[in-house]
Amino acid sequence: MNEIKHHLTDKILLGYAAGTLPEAFSLVVATHISMCDECRARLGAFDAIGGTLLESSDDLMDGNMPAVDFDATLERIEAGSGDEEAEKSAPIEAPESASTLPVALQNYIGGDLDAVKWRPVGMGVRQAILKTSRSASVRLLHIPAGTAVPDHGHHGTEMTIVLQGAFRDEFDRFGPGDVEIATEDLEHTPVAEEGVDCICLAATDAPLKFNGLLQRIAQPFLKI
Amino acid sequence: MLTGALLNEKPDAMPGLAPHGVQPEGKRKGFQRRKVPADVNTDTHWVEIVARIRQSQDQAAFAELFQHFAPRVKAFLIKSGADAGMAEECAQDVMATLWRKAHLFDPSRASVATWIFTIARNRRIDMLRKERRPEPDELTWGPAPEPDAADVMELQQENNRLAEAMAELPEKQRVLIQKAYFGDLSHSEIAEQTGLPLGTIKSRIRLALERLRHVMK
Ligand SMILES: [Zn+2]
Repeated sequence: MNEIKHHLTDKILLGYAAGTLPEAFSLVVATHISMCDECRARLGAFDAIGGTLLESSDDLMDGNMPAVDFDATLERIEAGSGDEEAEKSAPIEAPESASTLPVALQNYIGGDLDAVKWRPVGMGVRQAILKTSRSASVRLLHIPAGTAVPDHGHHGTEMTIVLQGAFRDEFDRFGPGDVEIATEDLEHTPVAEEGVDCICLAATDAPLKFNGLLQRIAQPFLKI
Repeated sequence: MLTGALLNEKPDAMPGLAPHGVQPEGKRKGFQRRKVPADVNTDTHWVEIVARIRQSQDQAAFAELFQHFAPRVKAFLIKSGADAGMAEECAQDVMATLWRKAHLFDPSRASVATWIFTIARNRRIDMLRKERRPEPDELTWGPAPEPDAADVMELQQENNRLAEAMAELPEKQRVLIQKAYFGDLSHSEIAEQTGLPLGTIKSRIRLALERLRHVMK
């Protein structure tokens, strides 16, 4: 495991544990946790809060606990219903090679990095939007080594995880596994480091606003 | 979405004396009705119950798990905004999933209640929000190693401490956390929570993960 310096915040982990984080952000969270045991353990703690709340959910029902049909449940088991669900949420096997993407992310790409359908967005930068629910959007970004990501500010919140290479902005450096959380007030110029091209996964709950005129014109066509 | 009950003072329910909403009748062969004495409702007990389901498809053990947790799962879903029909459907589905997924439960990393919570939460996202839930890759491939008994016991102790600490939180904060976990706050409404007693249980899970990594090497 490489050394990760920038982790998920408690607020993000709580939202993921509670199940209220938009799908696009959850994908960034799942990708980071696949790479980071520290945040996996922190998530375990937030899940444990959910466990204590479930255990005491009878306190919230004023003594009227709802009944659940036991026999109907047995029929479900015998009919094999729930198989599909078990299949779907079975633990995903981690890839043996460390160079591949987490399976959590591969499920959204439909394969590894070589399966990504990149589209150019100018200045050598390429992107691929991944399909999630509409409450927020998430895309892969491919930034050639040494290239600046177009100067941009943010509406809402943007959460980015580095998958390959690294980028720097005026404040910090972000390498593989590192998560950057940018809010409205952050106006920065990320630059991909020299060496390996930088590949990131970025979720946002609002369209990016590019400051350059060209980008502003292009934006409606880029679906970002 | 949420009824006022959540915001009211805690009802004077007597733990252990609260009426159980469900009594598995065991019409079917092999599924015996079983009364759960209140004093065995500890996590140690539930870990054994899940082990019995995993090892020998023990139907009596499943009936006991059902009797305790199915109504709680349904209550959780109702409090999360599901109507009665959907909550019933979803609770049945969660319980059926427990039967099938018993072999995936790792008691050195989560309590039984926590494990069930995560399954119920994922079903809620699926049914109420019609969204996929991206899950982190699991650490193990191949058969999971038998968890260390001391690890399991220490995690249970941490869970008990967590439950006690949660009960001692200021009422206002506890209600906020309940609202967050029952899906009654959107993510942007969730405030940064300070003072949550998470450090020790996190360290415990971290140790279990390290051990798992070690075994996998
Ligand atoms: Zn982390």
